[in-house]
Amino acid sequence: MIEKLRALVADHGGLAVDVATLTEDADLYRAGMSSFASVQLMLALEETFDIEFPETMLSPRTFSSLGAIQSAVVQLTSAAA
Amino acid sequence: MDAQPDASKDAKAAYLDALLGAGLLIDTGVPGVYGRSGMFEDVITRFEAMVTAAGEGQAEVIRFPPGMNRAHFTRSGYMKSFPQLAGAVHSFCGDSHAHNDLLQAIEGGQDWTGGLTGTEVVLTPATCYPLYPAVAARGTLPADGGLYDLQSYCFRHEPSNDPARMQLFRQREYVRIGSPDQVLEFRQTWLQRGQQLINRVALPYQLEIASDPFFGRGGKLMAMAQKEQQLKFELLVPITSLEQPTACLSFNYHQDHFGQTWEIATHDGEVAHTACVGFGLERIALALFKHHGLDVKTWPASVREALWG
Repeated sequence: MIEKLRALVADHGGLAVDVATLTEDADLYRAGMSSFASVQLMLALEETFDIEFPETMLSPRTFSSLGAIQSAVVQLTSAAA
Repeated sequence: MDAQPDASKDAKAAYLDALLGAGLLIDTGVPGVYGRSGMFEDVITRFEAMVTAAGEGQAEVIRFPPGMNRAHFTRSGYMKSFPQLAGAVHSFCGDSHAHNDLLQAIEGGQDWTGGLTGTEVVLTPATCYPLYPAVAARGTLPADGGLYDLQSYCFRHEPSNDPARMQLFRQREYVRIGSPDQVLEFRQTWLQRGQQLINRVALPYQLEIASDPFFGRGGKLMAMAQKEQQLKFELLVPITSLEQPTACLSFNYHQDHFGQTWEIATHDGEVAHTACVGFGLERIALALFKHHGLDVKTWPASVREALWG
């Protein structure tokens, strides 16, 4: 899944660095993701994984790293299954 | 946000009725669009004179009209964040046949606005939006950056019976453009000056970390990020509700958002940062009439002294 997430972050995160160089816990905001880009990424994640982030998860922390995004997506997809 | 208790809704409607009854505001039939009486305008003029004095004459004065270049508005990213509040000017651009269709629609009591075409003008959503492209067009900033004094009517599409939530209202602003240190120092200075001004007119207030009304579910994410970074402070005064006081002043740090968007460079060649302080002029007047009474002649002597000298 992490490679799929990497591709989505590359397309929507607006990062200043190559996403391939980022570790799973690297801070995406520090890597140049604006808060508006994080909204674009959130919408792309919802479309790709057919999920909907509940309000409680709509915080910057949820989208702060590849690892954080992965655990959020896993939580939502397993809840749906 | 709209789920307010009925008591608060009643208080808003009651205050609006009182303002209309006293002739301070004049109804137009559209919620949030009002005429203003001479007394109402005088209070705003006098409060603005206090703001001008606090500004110590250091800023370049610029006045833009309440409509701005649509291309500038678009490039500013307003539609990304606040599409629900935007207002664009449309005009009739058709021929005689289209004119005939338009008149028939009016005659038939139908919606005739479909026959209009978008123009190059949108209504200004916040007083400082036209400033950034104008500053960018001048080229690199001087070493001490820029400081600007602005005032304009603004439009936001949010019809409401709350007199403190108008669709057409004025903002007075000071805007600082420069290095991060310069703009943060400016914001700190105005946080103090703003409180001093409100103290002088004897209004109760509280300062809070705030966020803008970003659109949609993603907007919640953006608002939280804005709060975490403490980019916006508001000075809130209770007008029609103690629990939900109204933002009368705001102190905003935009980081390099406008500097990046408009490619504004500091003297050192860095991307400029920007900050602004905004005074909601109608809201301040409404707070004064609420706390001190609907007739300025009965206001406390200290408040009259501060405003009229």
